[in-house]
Amino acid sequence: MNGAPAGSADAIDRRLIVATQSGLPLVSRPYHLLAEQLGILPDEVMERLARMLACGVIRRIGAVPNHYAIGYTANGMSVWDVPDERIDDLGARVGALAFVTHCYHRPRRLPQWPYNLFAMVHGASRAEVQAKVAEIAALLGPDCRSNDVLFSTAILKKTGLRIGV
Amino acid sequence: MRERAASASIDAIDRAIIDGLQGGFPICERPYAAVAAQLGIAENELIERLQAMLEARVLTRFGPMFQVERMGGAFVLAAMRVPEADWQRVLEVVNSFPQVAHNYRRESDRNCDFNMWFVLATETADGIAAAVRAIEDASGLAVFAFPKLQEYFVEMKLAVRP
Repeated sequence: MNGAPAGSADAIDRRLIVATQSGLPLVSRPYHLLAEQLGILPDEVMERLARMLACGVIRRIGAVPNHYAIGYTANGMSVWDVPDERIDDLGARVGALAFVTHCYHRPRRLPQWPYNLFAMVHGASRAEVQAKVAEIAALLGPDCRSNDVLFSTAILKKTGLRIGV
Repeated sequence: MRERAASASIDAIDRAIIDGLQGGFPICERPYAAVAAQLGIAENELIERLQAMLEARVLTRFGPMFQVERMGGAFVLAAMRVPEADWQRVLEVVNSFPQVAHNYRRESDRNCDFNMWFVLATETADGIAAAVRAIEDASGLAVFAFPKLQEYFVEMKLAVRP
């Protein structure tokens, strides 16, 4: 679980978020340009971004590659029905596997959805993903009561966070 | 956009840029110059290549990744079971909501009918329930929310494959 709200995003932070949520300016001095846009000093922009990074409001500053363009053409959301009383131990072990990029305990939605453990697996092909999913199945052993893998077949939208001005 | 369309050709320098920028981009006066120096290229080449990769959608984003939970907001995974004949209408309805940050079509070998998966991002935790209701009202279909109860691992750092 992510921590409690840090509650430290004030009005200027918010304007900084609005100004950068679609991306960092691609100019030599991006923080100076943001400072100009916000009417504050460049040092303040940099201090605020550094503080938001330190407290986790910003997870990181960086590039988000399109998985498909960098060779991960298969992306499988593996989902598992495991005993609730064992899930924290099992989730930690599945999450530690090198090829699992995201791993969460989520609620079942019975009767339509029996799965409570979600682990995202990326690979160059569906066969590669299925082989990795088989490794997860082996790790879970009899704790896996049922499972499925949902492959993404199209990105329908990918804009990220958009808060209002 | 179909995923297959995004297989733009990238060269070794682009790969080094992508690998180098999945981590921490510096906060300093000329951050692109600092990264370019590490990569052994010129500042303007780095900026031009980032621009080109964003335009070609090799990169979907470049900038700060915000965790709205830390500001009192929420990110919640949600899914719908959309009948094929109704797909386009529902897609337009769902994507029209600014709270929908990402949306993926998914399919399984076991014919799981949960075929539309999206992430709701809202500034307040209450915004999620309101968005779920609004999407249900606008689409006429049930929205299943899957809030994370525990996070075991999140690290989206994939090396570029040759």
